[in-house]
Amino acid sequence: MKLGANLWIGGVLCAIAAIAGILAPWLAHTHPFMDANLMNAEIPPGREYWFGTDGQGRDIYSRVLHGARISLTVGFVSQMINSIIGVTLGLTAGYWGGWWDDFVNGLTNVMLAIPSLIFALAIMAVLGPGLGSLIVALGLTSWSFTCRLARASALSLKSQGYVQAAKTLGYGDLRIMLTQLLPNMLGPIIVIATLGIGGAILSEAALSFLGLGIRPPYPSWGSMLSEARDQITTAPWLSIFPGLAIFLTVLGLNLLGDGLRDILDPQSRSRRA
Amino acid sequence: MSGTSLLSVENLRLDLTSGGKAHAAVEGVSFDIAKGETFGLVGESGCGKSITALSIMSLLKPPLGIGAGKIRLDGREIQNLGAAETRKLRGKRISMIFQEPMTALNPLSPVGRQIAEMFVLHEGASWKEAERRAVEALVNVRVPAPERRVKDYPHQLSGGMRQRVMIAIALACQPDLLIADEPTTALDVTVQAEILDLMRDLCVARGTAILMISHDLGLVANMCRRVGVMYAGRLVELRPSSDLFRAPSHPYTRGLVASLPRLGTRAANGQRRLQEITGTVPGITAFPPGCRFHPRCTVMTEGCKVTDPSATQLPGGGLVRCHHHG
Amino acid sequence: MDEATAALLDVKDLAVHFELGSRLFGFGDMKTLRAVEGVDLHVKAGECLGLVGESGCGKSTLALAILGLLTPTRGRIILDGKVLDAKTDRGHLARTVQMVFQDPYASLNPRQTVRRTLADPLRLHGIANDGEVADRVADMMALVGLRPEQADRYPHEFSGGQRQRIGIARALILKPKLVICDEPVSALDVSIRAQIINLLLELKDSMGLAYIMVSHDLGVVEHMSDRVAVMYLGRIVETGPWREIFERPAHPYTRALIAAIPDPFLPDTGTARGVRGDVPSPLDPPKGCAFHPRCSLAIDACKRAPGPSLFTRPNGHAVSCWRADELNAAVA
Repeated sequence: MKLGANLWIGGVLCAIAAIAGILAPWLAHTHPFMDANLMNAEIPPGREYWFGTDGQGRDIYSRVLHGARISLTVGFVSQMINSIIGVTLGLTAGYWGGWWDDFVNGLTNVMLAIPSLIFALAIMAVLGPGLGSLIVALGLTSWSFTCRLARASALSLKSQGYVQAAKTLGYGDLRIMLTQLLPNMLGPIIVIATLGIGGAILSEAALSFLGLGIRPPYPSWGSMLSEARDQITTAPWLSIFPGLAIFLTVLGLNLLGDGLRDILDPQSRSRRA
Repeated sequence: MSGTSLLSVENLRLDLTSGGKAHAAVEGVSFDIAKGETFGLVGESGCGKSITALSIMSLLKPPLGIGAGKIRLDGREIQNLGAAETRKLRGKRISMIFQEPMTALNPLSPVGRQIAEMFVLHEGASWKEAERRAVEALVNVRVPAPERRVKDYPHQLSGGMRQRVMIAIALACQPDLLIADEPTTALDVTVQAEILDLMRDLCVARGTAILMISHDLGLVANMCRRVGVMYAGRLVELRPSSDLFRAPSHPYTRGLVASLPRLGTRAANGQRRLQEITGTVPGITAFPPGCRFHPRCTVMTEGCKVTDPSATQLPGGGLVRCHHHG
Repeated sequence: MDEATAALLDVKDLAVHFELGSRLFGFGDMKTLRAVEGVDLHVKAGECLGLVGESGCGKSTLALAILGLLTPTRGRIILDGKVLDAKTDRGHLARTVQMVFQDPYASLNPRQTVRRTLADPLRLHGIANDGEVADRVADMMALVGLRPEQADRYPHEFSGGQRQRIGIARALILKPKLVICDEPVSALDVSIRAQIINLLLELKDSMGLAYIMVSHDLGVVEHMSDRVAVMYLGRIVETGPWREIFERPAHPYTRALIAAIPDPFLPDTGTARGVRGDVPSPLDPPKGCAFHPRCSLAIDACKRAPGPSLFTRPNGHAVSCWRADELNAAVA
C-alpha cells in the first residue's frame, strides 16, 4: 500500500522529531550550551559523544535535540500564522468576490513578487533577532500560496449545489464559509501547510545561517549549520547532523502531507473500512 | 446469419481489474449488425454499453480489457489487431461520435482543418483538395455558411453545431459503421431531434450502419431497427424495436417501459402512480449472483438467485435472458 | 379575491439582467444578458407548475430570483403575501421556499453526515431541543423513504437515487410551502426516476406543497404538473393548464418541443419538426420575436416586433405569438 507507506514513514519521522524536541531535556546528555569544555573540542562521533562535539566541546547530539525544539516551534507556529492569514483572505476573497477579491489578489501578487526570505530579512532587521521575531517574520511572509489555493477552492466550491442549498436554507455567509467551504478545501490546505512547515524550517535555517535568526548560544539547526561552516572540511559532523535533522524532518513532513491528503478524503476512508 | 452481417460480436467479456481481481463488467454479450442497419444498445450507467462500444473501436484502456469473445468486421476478427491495423480501421471503416463533442474536437485547430485531416490521413488527398471537401462535408451536415464555418474554432460553435462537425468528421471517409455514444444527451431537445434526423438521413443515403448507445429507451426504439437492452453487464433482451415497447419480454424492460412517464398517458389514464423498479443499480464489483436482475425483479423465484439464465429465442424474433420471460 | 392575491407566489414583470464582459478603467465591451425579461407567473398553494425550456432560456435565473438569491433588475416577486426585497427576512424566506437540485452528487456536502445536513437547518431556525431535532430528522428520513439509522452516514455511501431522497429531505426539513425542483430526475438512472417522481407527488399531497417543476423532459412535466409555462430566451411564450398545453399547444415553439420527443412506437421519419437551427445565444437574441429565425411559420411581423404580451383566455391558456389565432383557427 503506497499511500499507507507515505503516511507511516512521514508520521514516524515527524514523531521522532517532535519527541526529540519535547523530551530534549531528558534525552540530552548534556546542557546544550552551558556544558562547554574546550578540552573536548571537535571530538568525532563515537561511543561517548554520539554525534561528536563542536569547537567549544559541546555535545552535538544534545544540541540537535534542543535545536529540534526551536526549529519545530518556529516551523509549526509560523506556518499556523501563514495558514490562518492565507485561508481567511483567500476564502473570503473567493466567496465574496468584488472589490475585496481585487484587493486580496493585488496583495497576494505583491507578496509573490517579493522574495519571502528577503521580506522576512527586512522584518527581522526591524524587530531584531530572536525566537519571537523569527516566528512573526516567517508567519507574515509566505501565506500567498495558501491564499491562492483557498481562493481558487472557494471559487469552485461556491457554485456547488450544497452551497446553493445552504443559502436557500438561510445560512449566513460566515456559517457557509465555515461549514460548507472550509471542510471541503481543508485537504489540499493541510498538505500545503505541512509542506510549509518544512519550508519554514528551511527558512529558519537560512535566516539563522545568515546570523539573523536564533542567536548563539541557543541552538537551532540553522544556527548550528551557520556556526559549522568554517569547519566543514575539518569536522564535517558539525554540519552533517543538524543538516540530516533538517533533511529527515522536512522529508517526513512532505510524506506526512501526502498521507494526510488521502486520509482527509472521506471517500478513501470508507474504501479502507 | 453472419453472411450478411457487417459487425458481429460474439460472447464478449470485458474485464475490469481492480485490486488485483478481475470483475466481468460485460459478460456473454453477442449481437450482429447488418450492413446499413440501425442497432441500439440501451442501459443505465455501469451496464457496460459504452465500454462495449469502445471495445469495438479498440479504445479500451487498462484497467479495462477484453477478457474473452470475438469481434468480427466482415467476418474478420478485429479484437487482436495491432496498433497500425486498428488505426486503419478507425475513421475509415468504423468511426465514432461522443456525447460531448467539445472534448473530442481539438480546441486549437479550425474545424475545417479537422475534417480535412481525415481525407489527407485516410485517402491521401492533398490539403488543398481536402479543404475543399471539408466545406462539402459541412454542407452535408447542414451547417449554414460552411465557407465561413470551416475557419471557426470549436469554442466558437454552439453544441449542436459542434456535434454536426463531429458527424462530418465521422462520416468523412464513408465508414461502414458509425458508433454514436449518447450523441444527443448534451443537447437541447429541439436540437437533438435535428441531429438524429441528420444522422439517419446521411447514414441511409450512404448505407452506413449505426450502433447507437443511449440510456433513453424511447429515443433508441424510435431511431433503431433493432434494440439490445443491457443490465449489469448482460444483454438481457434483444428485439426488433417495433416489438420492444409493445411487448417487452424481460422484467427489467417491462419495468422500464412501465415506469417512464410518456406523453399522452396522463390524458388517457389520469395521474396514476408510476410503476417503480425497486432497489438500486448494482456496481460493477457487486453484480449479484444468478440472474443479475433478481434482487429488483417482481417475478423472481429461488432459482433466479442461483442460476444465471441463458438467452432464449423468442417466437416473434429476438432474444431474452430470463427464466420467467413473458 | 382574484387569482393573483390568492397565489402563494406571484411574479410580476420580472427582469434579471447581467452586465457581462470585463471593463478596464471604464473601457471595454459590456454586454447586457437579459436572462429573464418581463416574466409574469403565479403558483397557487398545493399546485405544481411545470416550467419548460431549453438551455439559456432563463429558468435557472428565474428560480434563483424566487429563492431570493438574485436581485431582480425590474419587477416584483410576492411570496406568501409579502413582497420579496432586500429587507425580506432570510429566515422566513427559507421557511417558505426551498429547492431540490439536479445533480444529487454535487448538491450534498461530502463532509457532512445526513444527520448534520438535516439537523443544522433546524437548529439555525430556532429548534434547540436535541430530542426534537433528532425526532424531526428521523421523521423526515422515514418520509423520504430512508431508514433513520442511515442518518450518520456520509453522502458517498448512498446511491444516486438515495442521495436525491436526502436532497428532498433537506428541502422539506423546514416545512416550506413552495419547492423549486430543478430537473430532479434527469441526473438519475432511468430505472430510479419513477421512484423519485412518485415520492415527489406523494409529498406534494401529504404536505400540501406547491412545486415549480423545472424540466426539459416533457413526459415528466406532463405527468406532474397542474399548469405549464414554456420559456424561450428569457420570456414565457405560452402558459396554461397541462391538458391545454399538451393537447392544444398554441405556440410554434411548444409544438416543436412536443414534436421533438421521439415516439418509441413509431419509427421516425423525421418530418414536420417545425423548428430548425440551434438556440441562439441569450447574449445576442434575435430582433422581433426571439423564436422567429427557427420558426417555420414566421411572417414579416414576427421579425419586427417581439411576441405579443400574454393574453389569458378564460380557460387559462395564454400564448405570445403573432399567428396564434390563425393557427388555432386552422386546428379547430
